[in-house]
Amino acid sequence: MSVLAALDAQTVVDAVGLGAVYALMAVGIGLVFGVLRLVNFAYGQLIMAGAYTIAFTSTWPVPASIAACFVVVVALSMLMDRVVFRPLRGQSPAVMLVTTFAIAFMLQAIALMIDIRDDTIGEIATSIASFNQATTVAGVDVRKITIAAVIVAAVTLGLLALLLGRTTIGLHMRAAATDFGTARLLGVRANRVIGFAVFLSGLLAATVAVILTVQFPFVGPDFALRETIVVLVGVVVGGIDRLWTATLGGFAIGFATGIINGVLPTDKSVFLPSAVFALVILVLLLRPAGLFAWGRAAAAERV
Amino acid sequence: MTRLAGVAQLGVPAALVVAVGIGSTFVSAANEIYFLDALISVAIVVAIYVFVGNSGVLSFGQVSFVAVGAFAAGVMTIPLESKTGVLPQLFPILRDHTVGNVVSLALAAAVGGILAFLVGLPLMRLSGLAAGIATFAVLEITHNLLREWTKIGPGATTLSLVPETTGALQATIGALIATCVAFAYQRSRLGRQLRASREDAAAARGVGVSVHRQRLLAFTVSGALAGFAGALLVHELGSITTEQVYLELTFLTLAMLVVGGVSSLWGAVVGALAVSGLNSFLIEAEDGVGAVDLPSGSRLILLGAIMATVLILRPSGITGGREFSLPGLR
Repeated sequence: MSVLAALDAQTVVDAVGLGAVYALMAVGIGLVFGVLRLVNFAYGQLIMAGAYTIAFTSTWPVPASIAACFVVVVALSMLMDRVVFRPLRGQSPAVMLVTTFAIAFMLQAIALMIDIRDDTIGEIATSIASFNQATTVAGVDVRKITIAAVIVAAVTLGLLALLLGRTTIGLHMRAAATDFGTARLLGVRANRVIGFAVFLSGLLAATVAVILTVQFPFVGPDFALRETIVVLVGVVVGGIDRLWTATLGGFAIGFATGIINGVLPTDKSVFLPSAVFALVILVLLLRPAGLFAWGRAAAAERV
Repeated sequence: MTRLAGVAQLGVPAALVVAVGIGSTFVSAANEIYFLDALISVAIVVAIYVFVGNSGVLSFGQVSFVAVGAFAAGVMTIPLESKTGVLPQLFPILRDHTVGNVVSLALAAAVGGILAFLVGLPLMRLSGLAAGIATFAVLEITHNLLREWTKIGPGATTLSLVPETTGALQATIGALIATCVAFAYQRSRLGRQLRASREDAAAARGVGVSVHRQRLLAFTVSGALAGFAGALLVHELGSITTEQVYLELTFLTLAMLVVGGVSSLWGAVVGALAVSGLNSFLIEAEDGVGAVDLPSGSRLILLGAIMATVLILRPSGITGGREFSLPGLR
């Protein structure tokens, strides 16, 4: 705690805000990985599609605009499952990952084509940018959206815990994530469970799209790409085999990025990615199965 | 396997590379660039294949060695009289020396190989997704340092004034060297040990294969070839930025390898030529080729869609991950 105490409160607040958004993205990626063993690189393009929807509906009332974002993102997520993920089921992780690269490329190119019609790249989401204003709490600037992000993340994760722990479909999903083959033999319906996981992950992507668009109202084809890559790294560092370790991994990499950014001297801050990724390598070498994975699993995967 | 089958396994991919090289001399200067791009793609994808294909471990980091090779060869071949002007902040040893074309290619291979060895020493203990992410972290760190550290290169600005020595001849010979080295390695005792560990790591260890040592060797060979390919690239382009040897190149070259078939040299060569050929055709088609005239911007959409379709219909790649063979030739 002594390191944390030395930091100023502003850095910690910003780091928690970043970590909360990354945690939400990590859950979306982790849910799909749990049932499909598929690392969905195109997850960021779902968020990008949502952000564009908000930008293009800037003249609408804000609730209608956000609703449109949810409809578009969830529909795209389900479509992706039907057209791409389903035929790929059971393939090697490399093939699935590279296919989602191709899909990500394709969606970015489509977005660019739609975006460029007005001869400029990028759209500005004007309607919801006002939520980005800061309020001062005890000498610390907190943007409203940061508070909202933390609350939304906490509520969403709480609801998800209830869903997974207390409902039949949640039980099926946990069974599928543990051993898909055996779960199917015991009567878990594969398409239903996978469809539901993809639906939930689409809802989460739409939520993240709203939060990120408020923070960064300038929407381009590479919107959320960087964030997705960092979260994918965080998810593996945390331990992708379990949803909770994946989520913690997402939060941890966001939080660590925020803290390292606050600690680095200003003239060295350009080397932030090197510092973060050096830490990533160190953690992977020490705990290859995941930072938060305990027990026997932590010893696996060592050559 | 007969000697003839072995000859075909190297000879056919090599002949394909030579055919592309010869083809480039028959087209206009404007189209020659597509052929050179294809040959350099072969060199990069074969370099990646040497590690990923033989070990079965996914790596997103090989393009960092391409980047390092490209900048090493580029910085060291800029003529002395202009170097102090364009890159004043370099370490004196880099600033005050310039080498020739061939030396720069060898230098890039050496730098790529040494860096890969140092990075691989700890990282080759990992496998699966952890290895993928750790090698990706290497790419991020390499990119970040090359982009921000102006003592070793141009930083975020464009490195220009590099002699454009990669023509049809150098690109063809370069791609051939990469292919031959990859073939020689995978047929050697050491290469076969690594391929055995790819199929079953526990069984390979059981018969005395040191998986860590074999992976490290393949990673180093792959790094050296990648550095060499980077030098070919920078001498083709004449100028380069760090963004050109970063994420997009990583995804594109990995996609080439997987589309071709990840576990064979034939797959690496076919994948690189097929995808870069398709890409070149689509670039031209956006301007109109014969009856085909695509709307501008549709190239990447089609490229992505076609690659995804190939992988969905044929997950083991165009070649099925097998080496070239003719029926009756066993």
